[in-house]
Amino acid sequence: MTLLVVENLNKNFGGVVAARNVSFALAAGEILAMIGPNGAGKSTSFNMVGGQLRPDSGRVMLAGQDISGLPPRAICRLGVGRSFQVAQTFLSMSVLENLQMALIAYAGRTRDMLARSSALYRDEALGLLDQLDMAEQAEWPMGALAYGDVKRVELAIALAGAPRLLLMDEPTAGMAPAERAALMRLVAGIARRAGIGVLFTEHDMDAVFAHADRILVLVRGEIIAAGSPEDVRANPEVQRVYLGTSGLRAALRARAAAHG
Amino acid sequence: MSVEFGFLLVQCLSGLASASSLFIIASGLTLVFGVTRIVNFAHGSFYMLGAYMAVTIVPWLLQIERSPTLFFAGVLISACVVGVLGVLMEILLLRRIYKVPELFQLLATFGVVLMVQDAVLHIWGPLDIAGPRAPGLRHGVMILDQRFPAYDLFLIAAGPVVLGLLWLLMHKTRFGILLRAATRDRDMVGALGVNQALLFTGTLFLGAFLAGLGGALQIPRVSASAQMDLSIITEAFVVTVIGGMGSIGGAFLAALLIGQLQAFGVLIFPKITLVLVFLLMALVLVVKPWGLLGRPENAAGLSALPEGIMQPRGFAAAEKLLVLLAVLAAAAVPIFGDTYAIKVATEVLIFALAAFSLNFLVGNGGIVSFGHAAYFGLGAYASGLLVTKLGMPMEPALIAAPLVGGLFAALFGFFIVRLQGIYLAMLTLAFAQIAYAVCFQWVEVTGGDNGIVGVWPSAWAASHSTYHYIVLVAAGLGIFALRHVIYAPFGASLRAARDSAPRAEAIGIDVRAHRWLGFTIAGAAAGLAGGLYAFSKGSIDPTLLGIPLSVDFLAMILLGGMQTVMGPVLGAAAFHSIKDVFMPLTDHWRFLLGASIIALVLIFPRGLGGAYAALRARLSGGAP
Repeated sequence: MTLLVVENLNKNFGGVVAARNVSFALAAGEILAMIGPNGAGKSTSFNMVGGQLRPDSGRVMLAGQDISGLPPRAICRLGVGRSFQVAQTFLSMSVLENLQMALIAYAGRTRDMLARSSALYRDEALGLLDQLDMAEQAEWPMGALAYGDVKRVELAIALAGAPRLLLMDEPTAGMAPAERAALMRLVAGIARRAGIGVLFTEHDMDAVFAHADRILVLVRGEIIAAGSPEDVRANPEVQRVYLGTSGLRAALRARAAAHG
Repeated sequence: MSVEFGFLLVQCLSGLASASSLFIIASGLTLVFGVTRIVNFAHGSFYMLGAYMAVTIVPWLLQIERSPTLFFAGVLISACVVGVLGVLMEILLLRRIYKVPELFQLLATFGVVLMVQDAVLHIWGPLDIAGPRAPGLRHGVMILDQRFPAYDLFLIAAGPVVLGLLWLLMHKTRFGILLRAATRDRDMVGALGVNQALLFTGTLFLGAFLAGLGGALQIPRVSASAQMDLSIITEAFVVTVIGGMGSIGGAFLAALLIGQLQAFGVLIFPKITLVLVFLLMALVLVVKPWGLLGRPENAAGLSALPEGIMQPRGFAAAEKLLVLLAVLAAAAVPIFGDTYAIKVATEVLIFALAAFSLNFLVGNGGIVSFGHAAYFGLGAYASGLLVTKLGMPMEPALIAAPLVGGLFAALFGFFIVRLQGIYLAMLTLAFAQIAYAVCFQWVEVTGGDNGIVGVWPSAWAASHSTYHYIVLVAAGLGIFALRHVIYAPFGASLRAARDSAPRAEAIGIDVRAHRWLGFTIAGAAAGLAGGLYAFSKGSIDPTLLGIPLSVDFLAMILLGGMQTVMGPVLGAAAFHSIKDVFMPLTDHWRFLLGASIIALVLIFPRGLGGAYAALRARLSGGAP
């Protein structure tokens, strides 16, 4: 069934339209990319799905349940994990403790004042890290990690809640090109295996065209095109306002690399 | 009817006069905050210095000729002298602390407050000094059959004039435009090649000048006294917070509101005008968390390493031995020590619990409370009142102390945890001042300024040594329990919310509810400490809720090292012993205390616990 249905979301910031009648749907196991120039309203739409922003009007339905306007923590408990444009992790903790914290929260034990948190969910945390090839750095403090690794830890944190839907706001921003491809391959693999729906925004066209099942193109708060990578690439308006010719070449190259 | 109207009009006019004075002072505070992002406690000291300068300079000038010109020349000269003192403070102190966490900045400027207090007492003596009245403005004006001082009419005009001059300065001069730019984005102004040092120094001159002007203009109305600083600074804080920190227009609006609230509040609720003002502030902040005209802080984006407890680790074998020795030493004091030693040791234990509970908030939760003494004091009052007014024995009264401390922490915390950063700290201060004001003004129940005596323990616990053991057990258990919570999932969740609130929310943690619970627990522990303290002293009085005691607690955790779990215990022991040894030796203990706090912030910001952790890391050869 359809995992996520977004209907006519609108959001204004003091007269500036950040999202206008944004509607789309996402099936379980599907990878949907949201692209568009800076200021197109990607993060705004994204934060309305994740609960960080409250829409002015419109609905967000998760597996048939209306979640619009719910706080992020409630949306998380309904099975939505997310990463942020600027990675958000717990800097005072080690990599392993970050994952343990996420698992403690998932288990609903954050008010527990008796147990020792360092002893809880160690194995599960290590298992998640292993999945993302981060097990070796388990004891490292977050501050010592390269930014790409921080992003991977953030992804592991998002996965700790066993999400049905994964929201990733520019998952590869600030990473080296080689790291980007690796991370996207990893995400795509996990999502397809576990049947997790993935919604992500991205500026890197290689990542988008290599892994997305469908693509939404946002310009000035409105969806101007939606469809398979081939459709979007061929759409003359998208080429005109966003992709341009160099973007088109990147799209072709990425598609060839991924499926060639 | 017309008499009544005349009365109301005059009441309104006197509200406008105090609004003007308040605005002149608060505009300087908000200006300095806007540019330097430092909340300057010493602003109240500048105000006080302005008044003292004026009562010194103006009479001297008036001896030459009793003319209005010379009176106001004297006022302006006083303000300029204070402005120069502001420049000195910027160059000697503020310059070194622009980058440190805001808690340290607050403490450092409070150190200046303490030093100035002693300096003023030393130079001008402890007696209040009445100033001369302004020549030409000494008469009263009849307004609808009501007499109104002409000088107050002049003050009503002075506020808008200052606002107008500031507006011209901010919009028509290069300096002013840079000030506005720096208020919006300090780093960008720096990146554009503006000489920031000069800009900041100029800002401090202007800010201190305005505070001094406010003080100097007050001399015909109130005498200069050494208590002016703290009373005005809380009001100025309230004005800037309600108006929105950094917004001069907001400060004007807020000053008008508060002036009227005080003028009419005194008619309806004469005893609780102070409370009304803080209630207004709490209300505004709940509706508009950044004040009436303030802008949200640019907090989002890259997250920085938090200042506080990092990865708490358990005791190593040697450290367990140290803890055991410390407990044994505390237990041995009544056997080997005299009465005085027992008294000091008992107090150290009590303060250790209070400081530990504060660091539970500040170090572990990132919630900077500037009014933690409120919960300590409320616990003390709960115990004291139950024993003296209701004739209850000590045991239930001691149980009530944490309950009352926790109850009020829950009540105040409900509002406090909605805010962030400096606004949060200001609201903790405001609530503490409300509690202080109630204990101070509700004389029939609390005994007012004098407090209540006769809060003695039950007969079986009456001896100093027995009571010492009660405190050792109660405070020890309290610290042990709080420490356990720090290591438990709840403590970790508080750290998680401190590190990154968006991430904590996104994994399903209700950040606000957790902070609220944490605040309540810390308040309960402080309340217990307060109850224990009441019985050890045998009396209670409003200083137990005052700002100075809150600052003492902060100094304890700073001295002990707020990034360590056990540091506050060490800090409480060191701070209280030092204070107890040195205070009787000198008349200038405030000056010494202030200077030590500043020194601590400047050269020793990680405290004793930090020094120990560094030593431990060096010995074990690991990374720091």
